[in-house]
Amino acid sequence: MTEHLDAIVVGAGHNGLVCAAYLARAGKKTLVLESAPGPGGMAGTRSIRGGYHFPGLVHVAYPFAPGIRRELELDRHGYAPGAPINTTSLAGNGRHLSFGNAGISGQDVPRADADSYPPFRNRYLSFARAMQPLFDSSPPRLKETPFRDKWTLMRLGWNLRVKLGRDSMYELLRVAGINMHDVLSDTFVDDRLKGAIAAEAILGSAMCPRTPGTVLTWLQWLQGALNGPLSIPSSGSMQALASAAEAAGATIRHRAAVRRILVEAGRATGAELASGEKLAADLTVSGVDPRSTFTELVGLPQLDAMFGNRVGQIRGSGVVAKLLLALRDKPAFRGLPEPELGNRLLVAPSLRYVEHAFNASKYGEYPEQPVLDIAIPSLGDTDLAPAGHHVMSVNVAFVPYDLREDSEARKSAFTKRVIALLDEYAPGIESLIVEHQFLSPRDIEADYGAMRGHWHHGELSIHQSFMLRPLYGAAQYDTPIGGLFLCGSGSHPGGGLTGLPGRNAARRILELGKT
Amino acid sequence: MNQYDAVVIGAGHNGLTNAAFLARAGLRVLVAERNPYIGGATVSRELHKGWKYSNCSYVCSLFRPEIYNALDLGRHGLKVIPLVSSMTFKQNGDYFGSYSNPNVRRRELMRHSHRDADAAIRFDADVLRWCKLIRSFLLRTPPDPGSLRPRDAFEFAWLLKKFHELSEAHLYEFIRFFTMAIAEYLENYFENETILAHYSGGSIIGTGLGVYSPGTAYVLLHHAMGEVDGNIGAWGFARGGMGAISGALASAFRSYGGEIRTGAEVTRILVSGKRARGVVLSSGEAITARVVVSNLDARRTYTKLFDETDVPPLLLKRARQFKIRGSSGKLNIALDGLPSFPALPEGSPLTRGHMHFTDTLMRLEKAYDDWKDDRWSEDPYCDMLIPSQYDPTLAPPGKHMMTVFVQYCPVEPEGGWTDEKRDRFGRVVLDQIADYSPDFKSLLLHAEVRTPRELEDEVGLTEGNIFQGELTFDQLLFNRPFPGYAQYRGPVRGMYMCGSSTHPGGGVMGAPGTNAAREILHDLRKNDTTPEEFSDD
Amino acid sequence: MTIAPEHFRQALQRTPFHDRFVALSTTEDWMSWNTYKVARVVDKLSTEYFAVRSGCSVMDLTPMEKYRITGRGACAFLDRLVTRDISKLRPGRVTYVVWCNDDGKVIDDGTLFQFGENDYRLCSQHHQLDWLRISSTGFDVGIEVETADVAALAVQGPTSYSVLDAAGIGDLQNLKPFDVATRQCGRVPVTVSRTGYTGDLGYELWMNRTGALEIWDAIFAVRGRYDVCPMGLSALEMVRIEAGFIMPGFDFNTAGSTIRSGYDRSPYEVGLGWAVNLEKGHFTGRRALLAEHALPAERRLTKIVIDGNKPVNSSLVYDRQNGMKIGEVKAATWSPILKVNIALAELELRGGRLSQGMWARIEYQRELQWHATWARCRTHAKPFYIPDHRSETPPRHY
Repeated sequence: MTEHLDAIVVGAGHNGLVCAAYLARAGKKTLVLESAPGPGGMAGTRSIRGGYHFPGLVHVAYPFAPGIRRELELDRHGYAPGAPINTTSLAGNGRHLSFGNAGISGQDVPRADADSYPPFRNRYLSFARAMQPLFDSSPPRLKETPFRDKWTLMRLGWNLRVKLGRDSMYELLRVAGINMHDVLSDTFVDDRLKGAIAAEAILGSAMCPRTPGTVLTWLQWLQGALNGPLSIPSSGSMQALASAAEAAGATIRHRAAVRRILVEAGRATGAELASGEKLAADLTVSGVDPRSTFTELVGLPQLDAMFGNRVGQIRGSGVVAKLLLALRDKPAFRGLPEPELGNRLLVAPSLRYVEHAFNASKYGEYPEQPVLDIAIPSLGDTDLAPAGHHVMSVNVAFVPYDLREDSEARKSAFTKRVIALLDEYAPGIESLIVEHQFLSPRDIEADYGAMRGHWHHGELSIHQSFMLRPLYGAAQYDTPIGGLFLCGSGSHPGGGLTGLPGRNAARRILELGKT
Repeated sequence: MNQYDAVVIGAGHNGLTNAAFLARAGLRVLVAERNPYIGGATVSRELHKGWKYSNCSYVCSLFRPEIYNALDLGRHGLKVIPLVSSMTFKQNGDYFGSYSNPNVRRRELMRHSHRDADAAIRFDADVLRWCKLIRSFLLRTPPDPGSLRPRDAFEFAWLLKKFHELSEAHLYEFIRFFTMAIAEYLENYFENETILAHYSGGSIIGTGLGVYSPGTAYVLLHHAMGEVDGNIGAWGFARGGMGAISGALASAFRSYGGEIRTGAEVTRILVSGKRARGVVLSSGEAITARVVVSNLDARRTYTKLFDETDVPPLLLKRARQFKIRGSSGKLNIALDGLPSFPALPEGSPLTRGHMHFTDTLMRLEKAYDDWKDDRWSEDPYCDMLIPSQYDPTLAPPGKHMMTVFVQYCPVEPEGGWTDEKRDRFGRVVLDQIADYSPDFKSLLLHAEVRTPRELEDEVGLTEGNIFQGELTFDQLLFNRPFPGYAQYRGPVRGMYMCGSSTHPGGGVMGAPGTNAAREILHDLRKNDTTPEEFSDD
Repeated sequence: MTIAPEHFRQALQRTPFHDRFVALSTTEDWMSWNTYKVARVVDKLSTEYFAVRSGCSVMDLTPMEKYRITGRGACAFLDRLVTRDISKLRPGRVTYVVWCNDDGKVIDDGTLFQFGENDYRLCSQHHQLDWLRISSTGFDVGIEVETADVAALAVQGPTSYSVLDAAGIGDLQNLKPFDVATRQCGRVPVTVSRTGYTGDLGYELWMNRTGALEIWDAIFAVRGRYDVCPMGLSALEMVRIEAGFIMPGFDFNTAGSTIRSGYDRSPYEVGLGWAVNLEKGHFTGRRALLAEHALPAERRLTKIVIDGNKPVNSSLVYDRQNGMKIGEVKAATWSPILKVNIALAELELRGGRLSQGMWARIEYQRELQWHATWARCRTHAKPFYIPDHRSETPPRHY
């Protein structure tokens, strides 16, 4: 045991860094322990030999909340959102459709949809805005509700009833629990548009457009849209977070994997590293997913039995694989104008297509026709690849974590199928591939330690949201173990590159420290 | 004289319940029914000579004892006999049975999984807790979250109080129960595949959702919260078929001076000066009334019975978007004798209850995948009963009547329904039964096959949805059928809804009709003749 | 043991001793216990009662749930499961244990036998496999249900030691209360523990179901010398109340089957605070019990004696006659040996203290007419009846 620490943060993922920065700014002597050689966790830069770099698993994101940017002075440390992009729904016949904040563009856009889209988007953005108090704060407890939580609920109620107005409130209450399939079918006629918005809403979750609750998942994603336009995150953004944390006084130790969170008499006392080194601290904050935190780092014997059982039931199996492509030249998609190549490109041409891609995953099979989510980060950042070369990042859905038959041969056959599918949309792309890397959910779990390779550290379903995220008894960032807190995507308000769980956790820790 | 205090459109069980309470309050009430028979989907008909088919709804558990008691239905001839069991055949020749005797039930669970037998105690306690909670909401009008009236505020306070009686952990557990998929919810308790499939089945009955769709755990309650003589969870069968329920309700209604006209199809609700004035029949005859109550589903009511100009555009849009999603089919079968089921030991009581053939969650989910693609399930989930074993009124002596509810069946397969497709659908079901009963086909005398097409055409259930609208979050409580219209009142004064499209929804329960009557009587400043819920404490 | 699908023909199972009970039963007064058919009264309640207090009674314990718990993590698992410190238990010893859910509410109680290192048997009244499995995640432990395979008899009463000795189950003179040892009865191995639920001298015998009848017959073969009396559950209810033993699920609701929030009970509330060790390290419910322990108690299951001789079952207890209701009788009996009404009552506490003037409202029948009366209640700290010979080692030989 060495010097005394106020707080240890396990994992230098973006939420861990945000949390550490806030704690350090409040004067806590904070140490961040990270097993990888660099910061950012799943959002950290990833490279393929030959000088190809990828902005981590997250290849499109909304900017961080203005509050976090301001309070942590992120921009001063080099944080800058990428250039705004739109989303393009690719069509097999080369007649694509794009949409973004401004509206729909592209070929064969039905008049009705062009008219319905802007009010639709604005309405859902207004829903997202109305729900902001809920996302911005610790989830309210429903009994023995402290004043802070009542205040959250009051602000939420005010937003719903007064700001939204009666009819919009009714509509939000109606759609909050239902599925994207119904909402989109009621609003639009174009299959490309419906398929792509549905894919955007559910990507990363084991849900299909017909799964009830997917509107809520989408509203969670749209929280980010309140901060600014969609972009490909720049490779320096995680470094900026790390610098901000360090500038605030936190220390980050890389290549320092935590093996165990030390617990004595029901209180966390620090962490033990894989090397055997023990570090003592008053507080331990875990950015690791909740299930791994409790079952592996803490150990179920330290917890009550039913709590441990509920930890085991946290649902979340990754369903998105990653295909990273190093390309010797800029690819061309049939029918896609050059300026749109930098968009988020989705192969999700209809609701039924997405639905079918999901069906196979339920039975542990690879999909015949996967949903693809494509970005080419090197278009905006030429440093990511050797001159003239490009990197392409493809999210492939739905690839189940538990395959009925898991073998290298099947995996490479599926990779080939994905590349062949890409080639249908971008003829000739296959010949441009210098190198590729395919990461199944199992690979993602192995590389990043995220439970079952799930992007969001746990499904963003209603029964795992708000005061139920990741599970009641640990939903307000504090846990049954005294001095142990959660700060990762597994906590409210969940996944995506938002930093909100990290900030909410830090606020809660500091607030509890006061009382 | 064509002038009434109230006219109720449709003689379904809710329409009759509603009418009975109105008549009991002294109103002059007419029930207008399109079909030549009453009952709507609560009906028993002789479609094969000597056999009585309850060819829509086929069991009841939800029918509220308060209504039974208030309308004195026992004296009007209703007898509800408890069903004793349910079971699922396994593909390997074995079966799982859920017996009513607690000792036998436990040992059967133990036969499949000792752990599950113990977990069933926890499961029963939890489900019973949610039943008790939800049951207390059934005979109440949901408060309107958009309203600032004291009555709604009071009702919200009452709801909050009810929830506050739960411990904090139970509150969270209830939200989980309310929002989870049945399969995942049951996996919190059970490990045996057959047991999981058996208890999941009830949650997909009548709904366009699969066992892994969030929100289906709650549907379990719609099948588990009924009661027959206080045994929560027990199913009952009306002696004489489901028609006996509508028969008793009609008899009670008539005893209060009510009038029923069959073969009287209402084509339009008359509106003038933002007020309902009566109805017009297909014959052209106009009937005037101070109050018009529709027992039809919400979409049908607003899109077919109103002039478009009489309905606010937003309401019309909501009505068109109302999620109905028919997903079920039904077979009614006349048998020359009792079919044998070799998997069951001689004398097993399990033939007297629900029988199922789907023994894994994956088979249930795959059945749903077919429906998502507008096909009927090739390996459907069937809920089969042979009620003639204990109800002698259903078939000639020694002969039997079988009812088979089938999940899933699409509203419209690709290219639309034809009689040939309907029969192919029926054959899939008959083949499935024959797989477990070798002599079944040789006993077959007559089979009526009903797809959503038949259910819509004959009964008037849009898309053949048995609940008059899905029981999903967007269509429950103050959202049922639409936000702002959940208190049984329509868009014009004097017009009301009383069918299963309204809170608390589907099942032969009578609660929507009762709640609507309470609101109507309140508006007319009449004495409330509807019952309060029996206390659970 | 596999279960045949024909079980529906016979709703209740038979224990290995069932035929013997049938042969001895004059009342044919049966009841159901954990899906088994057992005797409520075999012949005459008072005879069965006095056999425990003055002779030797034999009761069928087979329906008790029995779980074998083994594996490297068995001790750690049990220590996290129950409220007492299990690391202090030794092979050859038995201890009374109670276990709680996360909220610190009692799930069940039972006896825990340690046979060897990491080899235990847990006996309980209620079905616990679900909870044991839930509790076992993260531990290297095996849990096996032995209920059907291990038959059990309770041999209780002042002459029980002598009866067993005469029956060939000897060498028990040094067996102290809560000791457990293995003996032979003829060729049949039998595990003998000096435990019981009667408050008298007594033993419990545990054997494989295949040899069960040989042991029964050996015991009943000494009937000429000693009065050996088969006993049903009604007599047991009387003696266990005299001994002050509680019965979860009867005296209070068990947490596992509680429907209404707040209807479950903590160990402190049922008088088992002495069995809770908050210092031993983590166990399920510890956090909740720590919090509860810091506050004054709100209610407690309490031993009371009630004046008079009217049957006091289900009586309500009031603070003064016609005062506020402050409790209810959960279990009660007329004690034939003390000639007094004794009861376990759940009583509300004010500021951690009981009311000083408690009265029970007793409703009782005389020739189908109902009467009501008031009777004074007094608390009783110790068990109502504990004879000295209960713990004598070696026991007295008759």
